Amino acid sequence: MTKVTTNLLYSKDHEWVLQLGGNRVRIGISDYAQNQLGDIVFVENPDSDDEVTANETMGTIESVKTASEIYSPVSGTVVSVNEALGDEPEMINEQPYEAGWLIEVEMSNPEELESLLNDGAYQEFVRKGDV
Amino acid sequence: MVEYNDLIFEISRSGRVGSSLPESDVNKVDLQDKFPKHLIRDIPAELPEVSELQLVRHYTALSNKNHGIDNGFYPLGSCTMKYNPKINEDVARLEGFSRIHPYQPAETAQGALQLLYELQEELAVITGMDAVTLQPSAGAQGEWTGLMMVKAYLKEKGETRTKVLVPDSAHGTNPASATVAGFQTVTIPSNENGLVDVEELKKHVDHDTAALMLTNPNTLGLFEKEIVEIAKVVHEAGGLLYYDGANANAILGKTTPGKMGFDIVHLNLHKTFTTPHGGGGPGAGPVGVKKKLIPYLPVPRIEKDEDKYVIDFNQPLSIGRVKGYYGNFGILVRAYTYIRTMGPEGLRQVSESAVLHANYLRKKLEPYFEAPYSQICKHEFVLSGSKQKKLGVRTLDMAKRLLDFGYHPPTIYFPLNVEECLMIEPTETESKETMDAFADVMIQIAKEVENNPDVVLESPHTTVIGRLDEVQAARQPILRYTKEEAVEIDKEIVKS
Repeated sequence: MTKVTTNLLYSKDHEWVLQLGGNRVRIGISDYAQNQLGDIVFVENPDSDDEVTANETMGTIESVKTASEIYSPVSGTVVSVNEALGDEPEMINEQPYEAGWLIEVEMSNPEELESLLNDGAYQEFVRKGDV
Repeated sequence: MVEYNDLIFEISRSGRVGSSLPESDVNKVDLQDKFPKHLIRDIPAELPEVSELQLVRHYTALSNKNHGIDNGFYPLGSCTMKYNPKINEDVARLEGFSRIHPYQPAETAQGALQLLYELQEELAVITGMDAVTLQPSAGAQGEWTGLMMVKAYLKEKGETRTKVLVPDSAHGTNPASATVAGFQTVTIPSNENGLVDVEELKKHVDHDTAALMLTNPNTLGLFEKEIVEIAKVVHEAGGLLYYDGANANAILGKTTPGKMGFDIVHLNLHKTFTTPHGGGGPGAGPVGVKKKLIPYLPVPRIEKDEDKYVIDFNQPLSIGRVKGYYGNFGILVRAYTYIRTMGPEGLRQVSESAVLHANYLRKKLEPYFEAPYSQICKHEFVLSGSKQKKLGVRTLDMAKRLLDFGYHPPTIYFPLNVEECLMIEPTETESKETMDAFADVMIQIAKEVENNPDVVLESPHTTVIGRLDEVQAARQPILRYTKEEAVEIDKEIVKS
């Protein structure tokens, strides 16, 4: 069983989105994703002021097992980056929804949020995919 | 024999030398005066100082700890760790091959050039291509070379296409090579049978598609049966097809990438053609192309001009050199030797036996592990450790346990689309007895997971060092030896 947090939206690529007010959102990866990846050893986030596009690569996460691309769930401009992950990438494993967040984005197209899953739908999605 | 575990730094003694050189008759130069200050190190480099005998013992001891195909079974999926016949070494050591120089005039190295030319011709036949370059020194460099040719070809046609499609089961080098060559990669999901989903592919193929990169059989060991349709879809949109030859061991003499519709192919000579693999190789990743791409092949080309072999640099559309000189020549000699000793019928038997062995082992192991794609496979197959994971034992733990029995574990956690993946490739050179013994050990481990999981979780037990902290090593790697740090680490180890 996987933890989800009710006030978040989720992409099918296992990123979560937290609405911070206005068009600003915080992005991270789900508990399911961190569990699948295993011990995370390196994160490559975009830089502040970079543009990200929904469903396109915004960075890379490397674990002991594998290197995996992070897909942005929304389009917009990066306004903040979780620099602490540089020294402590394990925060993503330990607190995927809190201290392990990745970036904050000022959305250019907030309607994209409508295509994301709510927690119930995401749980169902993960449950079906979970062999 | 006493276990020898010293680091070269630990046996170092100040002033000890391996050989004594005569007094230099060149005036001493103080480098401190010749270089800008910021380029000069403050502390002298901590280089080990040992005698020749110490050096020999040290590296001999290390080599004894190594595991290679000459020591034991090495079923590392996708890597084709087959036996490298010793005749390859004999031929590579012939003076005419080992004592020539790349700057020698072509007319004095005709034998070497003939070998390169004939190897090009043979690989062209094996892959169904029209011409081959032997330059790339590894599979990934072959991929990059191929994609640079795609780029040059499109440019000549006046087209700019930005996308390279790769299936989700692809080798990681495919998207990496595409990125380095300046393309955007698009991942195509596999269908429930583990094959390219043609309908999904159609959705992604368009006027912006430069190429599709595909391995056939794919990384699940399954033959892409829709390959002709796949090729048609890509070609009709004006894209090219790239064949990743990592799995060529499954198709020798049975079919060719050319027949399947591919335009570019690389082969890993260090996999399919028995040149040394692991421990640095070096590798060789020749690239074959169809006629329309010949002008873009790297220079120099090795050509035949009547009865002479020549080195041809005059190829105006060529993407240029991709490697110094003519590729890893000594390796090319070994691959040539292998092809000539096997012959066409022998190579066909290689693939038949490789496929038979994989299916034999697959059938023996399937009752004990989850088999997400249980069907006749080609030269390799995947199992999932998901059943064992539910009991708290990961695939990584089972791989470590295999070390206790003297086996190199299979590839694990790849391909990415299989949970807790184990990817097993026995190769054609193993005996039935070896595979039976390996299967028995795998079955024993599966039983241990149920009855005595700790023995698996705490493995390896018989190796010189136990389980390494791979997470810590990746997060905080120590990349430089210093005496002070070594002392600290030793203290910590003693404490724990």
